[in-house]
Amino acid sequence: MSSDTLLDVDDLRVNFPTRTGLVQAVRGVSFSLGRERLGIVGESGSGKSQTGRAIMGLTPPQAEVSAKKLCFDGMDLLSISPRERRALRGNRIAMILQDPKYSLDPVMSIGRQIVETLRTHEKVSKAEARERALAMLEAVQIRDPKRVFDLYPHEVSGGMGQRAMIAMMLIAGPELMIADEPTSALDVTVQLDVLGILDKLVSERGMGLIFISHDLRLVSSFCDRVVVMYAGKVVEQLKASELRDAQHPYTRGLLDCMPRIGFERHPLPVLDRKPEWAA
Amino acid sequence: MTAAIAVEKLEVVFDRFRALKGVSLEVGEGESYGLVGESGSGKSTLLRAITGLAPVASGTITVNGKKLGGTRDKAFYREVQMVFQDPYGSLHPRQTVDRLLQEPLAIHGFTDGEKRIERALDEVGLGTGFRFRYAHQLSGGQRQRVAIARALILEPSILLLDEPTSALDASVQAEVLNLLEEVRRRRKLTFLMVSHDLAIITHMCERLMVMQNGETVEKLTASQLIGHRVSADYTRNLLRASEGFVRV
Repeated sequence: MSSDTLLDVDDLRVNFPTRTGLVQAVRGVSFSLGRERLGIVGESGSGKSQTGRAIMGLTPPQAEVSAKKLCFDGMDLLSISPRERRALRGNRIAMILQDPKYSLDPVMSIGRQIVETLRTHEKVSKAEARERALAMLEAVQIRDPKRVFDLYPHEVSGGMGQRAMIAMMLIAGPELMIADEPTSALDVTVQLDVLGILDKLVSERGMGLIFISHDLRLVSSFCDRVVVMYAGKVVEQLKASELRDAQHPYTRGLLDCMPRIGFERHPLPVLDRKPEWAA
Repeated sequence: MTAAIAVEKLEVVFDRFRALKGVSLEVGEGESYGLVGESGSGKSTLLRAITGLAPVASGTITVNGKKLGGTRDKAFYREVQMVFQDPYGSLHPRQTVDRLLQEPLAIHGFTDGEKRIERALDEVGLGTGFRFRYAHQLSGGQRQRVAIARALILEPSILLLDEPTSALDASVQAEVLNLLEEVRRRRKLTFLMVSHDLAIITHMCERLMVMQNGETVEKLTASQLIGHRVSADYTRNLLRASEGFVRV
């Protein structure tokens, strides 16, 4: 782990009051992040996305977020004003979402969306913003940036849309990037291209990355460290390279239950969920 | 080997777009056959063309020795059933599991519905406790089990599976794949399964076809794929992609 801590999370909790009682989505998550790639893995309902959203400040208004500590670069995220928080979002902390079909504005051209992000956070002229947006599109390996700049999200493929979103998120030069299932909606071959681009840009710019995914194997091949979540809690934290020596039966079960090419197992081992994992 | 499904030079055209460009395929009785490819490769279209859900422009489809015409009769649907990708979208939101399972029985005029529903639910590991629930009261894995029960209740000989586990968590996926293998063994079913995941296809199927842009890239056996004995670059790319991210 690098010495300068970018993000410090201690005992993060996210609760949703509902008619049928309190739903505890995140129950005391703690980790710290330097300028490294951290993976958060878990199944649906494990609270991994809500953890990311709480850091970003995108938790729905009816939810209660609390933490002993939620510090970004020395700033307490829970006590600063919404205005200060808004200034951080998109500028110093950025987020990539799962599906470009739903998370890009359908009635605004891709170029305009990128320019909008930039001009929200920096005072630049229109011409300069356009230049930088084009450069950014080129950085995410879009071959003909000038053409793509004027296209609308429905006119591009999933892989291209996701690259555009990465460009949009990187243009303000964030220090922390949260990627919530950035490649789950893409084809396997495109997936690797997008991950390659993300990897290169993150390491070139020395950003911290939180990579949220349900795919333990993908995360372990991409990240430096992995946090495994189950039922709103962290069950295990380990180096990605040491994943094979995972201790927790849940982590082991998750690794084990996926079919692998060249390893014949019939039937596949299934997870035997123990109530004490959630305790 | 008699062919359960034989597809000959099949063309599917939507308006002017050729989704399938002359694809041929033969699946033996009791065999499990996989279709792999990325989105837009035509793998789902092929399944939908067999069930009559996609417009066939030319070519022939033969199922259990019978050549299919423009429409499918009831007897066809007793032999061939399909399980769809999204268990959230393929179950009627306002019908109980019981009602869902009664529908195919009513259409085909079965009178022993009671017994069949109980047996079908048992077979997919749900038990009769789930019989009067609605789809929204079930988890994704349970819904997919209901969808499988609905397909099995008519005792078909061929099951078409369109990405049956891609909407599920990895651990639930393992359970559903095990269930599918078990019912295939018990009922000697023929599977034609679509997936974008090579690992799932090699786990479930003996032979497979790789598709791209509505065309066949190559046909392989699972062991050829496992041994990396593939000839097309595209398949090699897919294989590499399935091994995860490699930093360069």
